Formats: sequence, C-alpha cells, structure tokens
Amino acid sequence: MARYGMVIDTKKCVGCMDCVVACKTENNVPEGHNRDWIVTVANGKFPDVNLEIQSQRCNHCDNTPCVACCPTGASHVHDVGGVVLVEHNMCIGCKACLAACPYDARFVHPDGYADKCTFCIHSVEKGELPACVSVCPTHCMYFGDLDDPNSEVSKLIASRKNHPLIPEAGTKPRIFYLT
Amino acid sequence: MQELTTTRHNPQIDPTMHVWGWEIPVYLFLGGLVAGMMIISGYFIFSKRFKNKDCVTYTLPIISLILLSLGMFSLFLDLEHKFFVWRLYTTFKISSPMSWGAWILILVYPVIIANMLMDPPKFIASKFPQLHKIKDYIHERPALIQNIGVSNMLLGGMLGVYTGVLLSTMGSRPLWNSSMLWVLFLVSGLSTAAALVHMIAKDVDERELLAKADNGFLTIEIFVLGLLIIGLLTSSAVHINAAKLLIDGPYAPAFWVFVVGMGVVIPLIIQLLAVNHKIKHTPIAPIMVIVGGLILRFIIVQAGQYSHYLNAHFR
Repeated sequence: MARYGMVIDTKKCVGCMDCVVACKTENNVPEGHNRDWIVTVANGKFPDVNLEIQSQRCNHCDNTPCVACCPTGASHVHDVGGVVLVEHNMCIGCKACLAACPYDARFVHPDGYADKCTFCIHSVEKGELPACVSVCPTHCMYFGDLDDPNSEVSKLIASRKNHPLIPEAGTKPRIFYLT
Repeated sequence: MQELTTTRHNPQIDPTMHVWGWEIPVYLFLGGLVAGMMIISGYFIFSKRFKNKDCVTYTLPIISLILLSLGMFSLFLDLEHKFFVWRLYTTFKISSPMSWGAWILILVYPVIIANMLMDPPKFIASKFPQLHKIKDYIHERPALIQNIGVSNMLLGGMLGVYTGVLLSTMGSRPLWNSSMLWVLFLVSGLSTAAALVHMIAKDVDERELLAKADNGFLTIEIFVLGLLIIGLLTSSAVHINAAKLLIDGPYAPAFWVFVVGMGVVIPLIIQLLAVNHKIKHTPIAPIMVIVGGLILRFIIVQAGQYSHYLNAHFR
C-alpha cells in the first residue's frame, strides 16, 4: 500500500499563496477558513540567518493522535495512501481532534464537522495531483509515495537536506521541507 | 527556529487555540463532583455504615443524577455537530478516552439509580408506590447492598479518572500531558463531593466526618498539584513553558489565588479549626472548595489549550 507524502522546497517557494487559493477553490473551503496556509520562518542567529517560506497543512502523520482520540471513528486513515480523512456524517463536532493535533491543522467547518486537508484524495484517486501541487508556479511542491524508493519525493528526501515540522511531538509527519 | 508570520486565521484556532469554552470545564467539574459523590456514597454502603448517614446514602444519589445530567447537557451544548451525537453509541474506540467516557456515563446512570432505589426520595416514592417493594427487596439482600456499594465506588472511580485522562492523553498540549492529571481531578472530585456533604448534611456526626475526610483530600490535592508542576518543570522545554503558565504566566494570578489559596489552603485551615472545635462549622469553607474545584477545571482547560509546541518559541 502506498504511503502518500509531500516534499516542499523552501528554496523555491516564494509565498505567493497560489496553493492556498487553489485549495479553497478545489475543495470549497468556506470563507474565513484555511486547509493550507503560508508561514514565514526565520532560522538561526544574526548574522547567520535564513528565511524559510513554508506552505503548511495537515501532515497526514504516521502516528495519528487525531484518529486515536476520535470517539466515533469519523477521523480515520484512508485505505488509499494512508491519508488521514474525516467522515463528515460520523463527526459529532467534539473538537478532540482539533486539540490533539500539534500542528493546529484542523478547524470546525461551519456545517459542524471537523475539516482539514485531504491531500485532494478525490483527485489523487483519479491519477491527478493535489490542487496545491498542481498550481504551484515555482514547482516547489512534490507529491508521491514515500514507501517507493524510486518516487520523486523519496529521492528528494534522500538527496537534499530536509526537516519535518515539530518532530519532537512524535507524530511522524509526512510533509518534509527541503532547506 | 522562530515563526514570524502566518496567513492562517481559522476560527477557534488562531491566534491561540480556544476550541473549548465554558462547557467542557463545567462538564469536567460536574463529572468529578458526581464521581466523588459516588465513591463516598458507595464506600459507606459497602462498609455497612450507611444507617445513620442520611445525606451520604439517600441525598447524594438524587443530587448525582441531577448534576450528571446537567454535565452531560453542558457537554452536548459544546458539540458542533449536535444531531450526530448518537454516533457516540454506534461504536467503541478503545484508543479514545472520549469513547470510554461516553460508555462509562451510560453505565453510571443505572448504578446511581440502584443506589437511589435503596431509599427513593419521598416525592418520587409517593407517585410510584411499587418502589417500596424494590426497596424492601434490596434491604432483604445484604450481598446486593454491598454490590451496589462496590459498583458505585468502581464506576465513580472510572468516571473521575476519565475526566483527567481525557485531557492527559493529548500530547500536543504540554500542560495536559501529565500522568498526574487524572489523580488531580479524582482527588479534587472527592474533595468537592466531601465539601458538598459537609455543607448540606443535617446530622452533626456526618458533617464532622466528611469535613475530616475533606481535610485529607485537600492535603493530598496540595501534594498532587505540587507533583504535577514538578513533573512538568523537570520535563522538556515545552512542558517547562506550560508549567510557567501556571507559576508566573498569564494564568498564575487565578491559579494561586482561586485554586491554591481560596480553593485549597484557606478552606483547609478553616476546616481544621472547625473539626478541632476552635470555630463553628459554616458553609464558607465548603463553598470555597467547590468554587475552587470549578475554577481549577477552567484554568487547566484554558491554559492547556494555550500551551503548545509552537508557542514555546515565543516565550
């Protein structure tokens, strides 16, 4: 079974927010809510400082506290690619998954259920790329199977310096930032 | 690494998480209080010391039913997808403390009702005379009475523990991520329950006994609070920052004044003087303990949501 993940090249990202707009358009994300967003991060100390622009979203972790704490099974790991999804009609809106996520990647949809990035699984299952990846004008985002050593994402992780977000939280996130 | 800017502005998430408002602290407080009442009531029934303990054995079950129902209503108010609440009872998720809690609450009701049927309140018994037959049936069977006592203690313990485990299993919120939290909530629940009996019991001996018990619970609570903070302070950087929220951070004034001072130390002093017959028993100390227990839940829930791995970089 594939294990989908993402690699984002911070050397190429310019923070144009095309990924954010594409996500909102593709997934009808309600006004005032975001499934993905841009974070600007400064690393190091002066004079050795560098700036990282990160396109962030749900990390579709291997170790999923959001799925573990869900009392109804609405939050679940999808059969295809191990993507973490929410079954809207099973969610009671208890918000435990929102509190359990160290990335604060979830929010409550105005209709009452927990919502988040799906890696555009509806497109991926048709052989297409997630909307954010497909529209990126600098081609800084890569999507693929982390378990396949020949996939582009695996090769980039093996060949370039990279880091995930908050690895100390122990969730084993599946989005890696090239630096 | 230092986060500088973000374009995210999701409601209830940014700038700091505030997904749970007043409903969850109230629910956790009432759940803890009911758990304490079940354990105390169950203990006296089990140890066959319930004959002269009218408040403990005959008043607490009906109060427990009312407060537990209010707590569950408060929990229901917090749900964002209310019409799907029945989904809680279509599955049991062993990894989810909330799922455990939902099923524990279902089991708690019949156990409290069994306790209540040992001597049904007069306003109910007058409308349903057949309840007297059930009462006689129970009192003819000492083993059944003991079982009612044991099940009240057991389910009360599970309920009290669950209110803490619900939060402590969330590793993403460093303040909650302590194995002392369930002990704190259980002891606080016992303490507030004992304070309630101390306040409402008409029998002098019963009042005196529960005041002494409450002094014990409050003393343990001080140590548990201390161990909770020491545990966080001797852990990772994010946990140290979480502890500082209570020690000298934005939640410190409320924590030290309303929880430690007015919720534990001052009522403990007043009740120690009262049980040693230096001063009269008054409702002041029990009210302080009960209000302190409520504020404890508010502070832990709110400060816990504020504590975060990313926020650690800002302090």
